[in-house]
This record gives sequence, structure tokens and C-alpha cells, in this order.
Amino acid sequence: MAQRIVKPKTQRGKRAVERKDPKIKENHKTCMLMKGGNTSQIVTNALKELHMLKKPHAVLFKKKNITRPFEDQSSLEFFSNKADAALFGFGSHSKKRPNNLIFGRLFDGHLLDMAEFGIEKFKSMMDIEGPKCAAGMKPALIFSGEAFDQDSDHKRIKNLFIDFFRGPVVDNVRLAGLEHVISLTAADGKIYLRNYKVQMKREAGSLGPPRVELENMGPSLDLVMRRTKLASDDLFKTSCKQPREAKIKMRKNISRDAFGTRLGRVHMTPQDLTKLPDRRMKRIKNITKDTEKDATEKDATTPAKKAKESVEED
Amino acid sequence: MQVLVNRLSGLPSESTEGVTVIKLPEPTLRLPREKPIPKAKPQTKWEAYAQLKGIQKKKKGRMLWDNESKQYKPRWGYGRKDETKSWLLEVPENADPNEDQFAKKIAEKKERVAKNELKRLRNIARVTKAKVPGVGLTPTDKPSKDHLGKTLAVTHKSTASLGKFMDTLPKEKLRLGKKRKFESNYTDDRERQKKILKGIADGTPVLDVNRAANIAKHREERERSMAKKSGDGEKKKAGAKGKKGGKKSFSGKPSGKPKKTFAGKTKKSFSGKKGGGGGGAKKGRK
Repeated sequence: MAQRIVKPKTQRGKRAVERKDPKIKENHKTCMLMKGGNTSQIVTNALKELHMLKKPHAVLFKKKNITRPFEDQSSLEFFSNKADAALFGFGSHSKKRPNNLIFGRLFDGHLLDMAEFGIEKFKSMMDIEGPKCAAGMKPALIFSGEAFDQDSDHKRIKNLFIDFFRGPVVDNVRLAGLEHVISLTAADGKIYLRNYKVQMKREAGSLGPPRVELENMGPSLDLVMRRTKLASDDLFKTSCKQPREAKIKMRKNISRDAFGTRLGRVHMTPQDLTKLPDRRMKRIKNITKDTEKDATEKDATTPAKKAKESVEED
Repeated sequence: MQVLVNRLSGLPSESTEGVTVIKLPEPTLRLPREKPIPKAKPQTKWEAYAQLKGIQKKKKGRMLWDNESKQYKPRWGYGRKDETKSWLLEVPENADPNEDQFAKKIAEKKERVAKNELKRLRNIARVTKAKVPGVGLTPTDKPSKDHLGKTLAVTHKSTASLGKFMDTLPKEKLRLGKKRKFESNYTDDRERQKKILKGIADGTPVLDVNRAANIAKHREERERSMAKKSGDGEKKKAGAKGKKGGKKSFSGKPSGKPKKTFAGKTKKSFSGKKGGGGGGAKKGRK
């Protein structure tokens, strides 16, 4: 917990403040989507539909915010702090940069990466007929195009898009729950963003993986990259640092056999056999008497006697 | 997508509540965090001291037995036994009969809360290394002569003109602050430089006696606490209770025979059990 000079006055306030504190295991990043001073219909719709895609983890700002993220990030950082959002989408429209859309993310309340795109072509979800996927689905992301693996800027932007669209972090998935595919293709200097609805078709009697059919769901965007502001490698590295507690520890001496039973190896301290209670086992006593006579027996009893004496002293 | 689905269906799966879920493998791509890794909460002054001394935190129970209502009541919070809310309060034997005991209890509580808040802020300031003014002079029931003198000096200076126009009392000794002393600009400073150079050339380490003594003391204390921990249960108990005795032996005797003090301490612990208990209560209040 951070040190606060002014204490929250109510329990509810305290909880609200603590929710924003850094955690070892972080909650899902929220995304804020906002409009700049001027926006075209295309940009507004694009923002709205991005909001639809990201819904439980996104906030769509209703008002205009006259800022230019590439010139001054302070208001962006302010809103990020307020909404506790680490991702943002910013739409604007001007003569110089028509249909402008900025994707970005923040770390520790400060800007990390952002990339500016021009929307060349936009096809709304409403214009495409057919079924849509449910809200809050974890999408499958597909990146294609050589640029995403070769160009350093594109690599970072790929990372940004994964962060932006990946949805909730889960350990398990249900195959039927994979309803939504976002495909990003980098080709001839553009990035094509497409959304598909997945339909799994299982033929009767087959046990293998189902056959997948994709259906364009929208929105579809053709993006042209404009300006970028990417974090230095140093800052990026620090932002990627994982806490020691989050790493999974290797557990020694524990294994599972073929049936799933947990097996462990336990190390014991050497057992003191001289103190074994042998009084009642007449048979053993007789044997020792016969073979080794009194000498050994005396040795075995002495520690016990000594203990008795020490107790009396106390 | 077909490739992905094929790969996924090849992964190990579990079925819970009639639904088959596929276990995803560990992620290979590392994404930036939202916020930096949380830092450990810094130690308060008391915590640091307790650790040094090996004082363990004792867990207090939440509920206390109330003999009047014959039931358990919470130690604090809603439904606690609040003496200021009762209709009757005992007046202590040597107290002023006209004194309002209720108001006194409330004032004491307020004082404790304020003190705690002050400590909290000072702890924050200590960690952030911010400069804070001293506590100043806190009011006491029985001020000593020294305390009174200090109060007088402070009040003397607590005017808009920093006490410039204040009249002094007939027999008053004014406490003046330390005046800074500067070396003269006109003396030959060759001698001074020689002295410094000589010290450097000699390579003789400067021994800060106070610091050295403190370090030695600290080490001895730690050793003792380690010995206490490693000792068996009986010794441990005795050591913890004989805290006061141990402290005495410290300040009184110069370090030289630590072994003897240890033996003496265990003895003392039997006689000084009450004192040890008092110490425990003190700790709880802090």
C-alpha cells in the first residue's frame, strides 16, 4: 500500500483508492475512448464500435476533449488516472489529418506507446448483415504480414494491438467460447483490421477438432500509419518487469504419476533408535539378554536415566 | 483460425460442471504492466525498533468479556464497551471531586488519536526524507524546570517580530540559539592546511567514539536476540520477560562481560516478572 498523507475518510473511499493501487496480480486494463475537438462521422462511429468490441473493459467519453496527444499528454494522463484506464483510443478529424485515430497505452500514469492512424476505409458493424458475437468475448488475434515480424515499429505496434484487444486474461477457454476473431494484416503500407464471427461446425460422429468457418462481422478498418511515439527500450523493459511473487516456483520433490496421484519425497532426520520403547516387547528383551548380556542394556538405559535426573533437578 | 482451433483441441482439457475447458499454456509474450510493481510497505519507527529488539507482535482477540453485561463485546468499533457512554464513572481516590471524569476520558482519547496521527505523519516524513519541524513542546502535567525554561524561550520568540521587542523578566536567563563561528579571513591558513594534509598523509582513520560504541552495542544486542531465538522454549520465555533487566545491564555497565550479563538476566527474569508484564502493556498501547 502506498503511503498517503491524507487518509480517506470513509471505508468506501478507502476501497476506491486501494483499487487504484498497484497490485501484484493486476486487473484487466481498461480502455478509454475519447473524441478530440473535431471529429468526423467516420471517427465517431469507429470509436463507438471499438467500444462495443471491448465493452466491459472500456469507457466511451461523451464529451469532446480538445487536446492533441502528440503535443501534450498531460490531459490524457489526467483522464487515465481518473478512469483508472491504461489504454486509450483517441479520434479526431482535421484538414491536415483527416479521420485520425490514435491507439495508445500508459504505464504508471504516464504515456508509454502511441501510434496514429488515418482511417482510409471504414465499414460499420451495422452495414454488414449477419450474426454478431456476444459482448465481452475473448477474441483470437491473428497477425499476418511480414512487417509485424521485421519492422521494429510494427513489432511494437503489434504488441500494442495485442495489449489493446486481448480481452480478459484467463487460464482456461472453452472452444465454443471462441466466437470472435480480430485479424490484423500489414500489407502495402497499410494495416487492415477485420473482425470475424466464428462458427464451429462439427460433422456428425467426428471426434477431432471442429471445422471453423469465419463470417465477416465488422467493423472493418483500413488504417494508414501516421505518427508514432513509442517508448524507449529502457522504459519498455521496466514496464514489462514482473514481480517475483507472480512467477511460478518450481516445487521440488513433488510429482504426479499416470493416475494423477500426487507423490512426494520427504526427507527425515535420522531416527534415534536407542530411545525406542522396548519395555513391553519381552521377546526382544530376552534376545538381547541372551546375546549381549548386561553391558549393552545398561548403555541403552543411561540416557533415559539421565533425563530423569535432570527433571528432578529442575 | 483453423490451425489455432486444431492446436487448441490438442491441448489438455478438463471438464467441470459438464463443460469441457481447455487449459491454455503459459504466455510467451510479455506485455507491459499497467502500474509498477508494488513496493513493500516501509517500516515504521516502532516496527524497526521492535525488529531490532526481537519483540514479537501479539495478536489481541477481537472480543472482550464484559462482566457487567455478562457477554463478549468487541474491543473496538460498534457495540464496544464505551466508558464515556455509561451513566456512572468512578472518581479516583486522589482526584479532584469537581473534575468531570467523562470529559477527561474523552479528552484523553482525543489526545491519543492526535498523537497517533502525528506519529503516522512523522513516519511518512521519515521514509520520504522530508524535513519536518520538531514536535515542539507538548504540554505535560508536571513540567520540569528545564521544560519550563524551554517553554519560556519559545514563547518569547513567538511573536510577529520574533521576540525582538519583548521585555525580559528581571531574573530571566535568555536561551539564545547557537551562534555560528567562522574562521577568520585574515589569519594565515597555512597551518590549517598543513594539519589537514598531515591527517591525509598519515592515513590514520578518524574514530568516531560515539558511533563505534553504538555499533558495538547494536551488535551485542543482536547477538543476544539471536541467542534468545536459538535457545530452548524455557530460556526464550525468560529472555522475553526479562527485557527490562537486560536493558539495565546495558546502560549501566560498560561492555566487557556479556556472558555474565546473560546469566544474570535469566535470574532477574524470575524476580522481575511484573516489570516485564508492564513492558508488554506498553508495547500494546503503541
